[in-house]
Amino acid sequence: MPDASDIKLRIEAAIPGARAEVEDWTGGGDHFRATVSAPAFSGLSRIEQHRLVYGVFGEEIGGPIHALSLTTISE
Amino acid sequence: MSEPANPIREAIQGAIAGNEVILFMKGTPEAPACGFSARTVGALQSLDVPFAAVDILPDPRIRQELSTVSQWPTIPQLFVGGELVGGCDIVLEMLESGELAELLGVAETSDAPQAPAVVGGGILQIENRL
Repeated sequence: MPDASDIKLRIEAAIPGARAEVEDWTGGGDHFRATVSAPAFSGLSRIEQHRLVYGVFGEEIGGPIHALSLTTISE
Repeated sequence: MSEPANPIREAIQGAIAGNEVILFMKGTPEAPACGFSARTVGALQSLDVPFAAVDILPDPRIRQELSTVSQWPTIPQLFVGGELVGGCDIVLEMLESGELAELLGVAETSDAPQAPAVVGGGILQIENRL
């Protein structure tokens, strides 16, 4: 089961220069809320920024990670 | 063979193309089955916009095909004018910033349904299994 710090580390490892704050929304290990800022978001639409983060987890979203609520900030 | 190769995908694409504002959600606008779907319905209703809704729960293939079409992994998904707007986070962010009202105001057409309409019939038929 992923925890908030795993998710933070994976986002920061996968997206160059990203900084992520992740919390376990319900304490149940499957609903997370993340705020991610990254220079890589620059020039991307909000949809594309969120896709970039969702892409880190692939099939896990909707599976073990039931929900990953996102706020993305372009730097 | 006159059967389409992927009837569920084609039904989804048809629904997106045929409805100016359409929400794919868990449950129905009257009885949402997930908090994220409920909040997204609430955002649309707060702007008093008519929208079509599809419940993805009756058949797991609907969600699978929808995510393939939209390249978006989670539910709900809001489409306006055939384009993916986003899920709950983006819709709420856009509601607060006024972008959603702007988008829907521009996109509203006279042939849009007047009340939350359920896209029924065929493969995407709503079956309330709550």
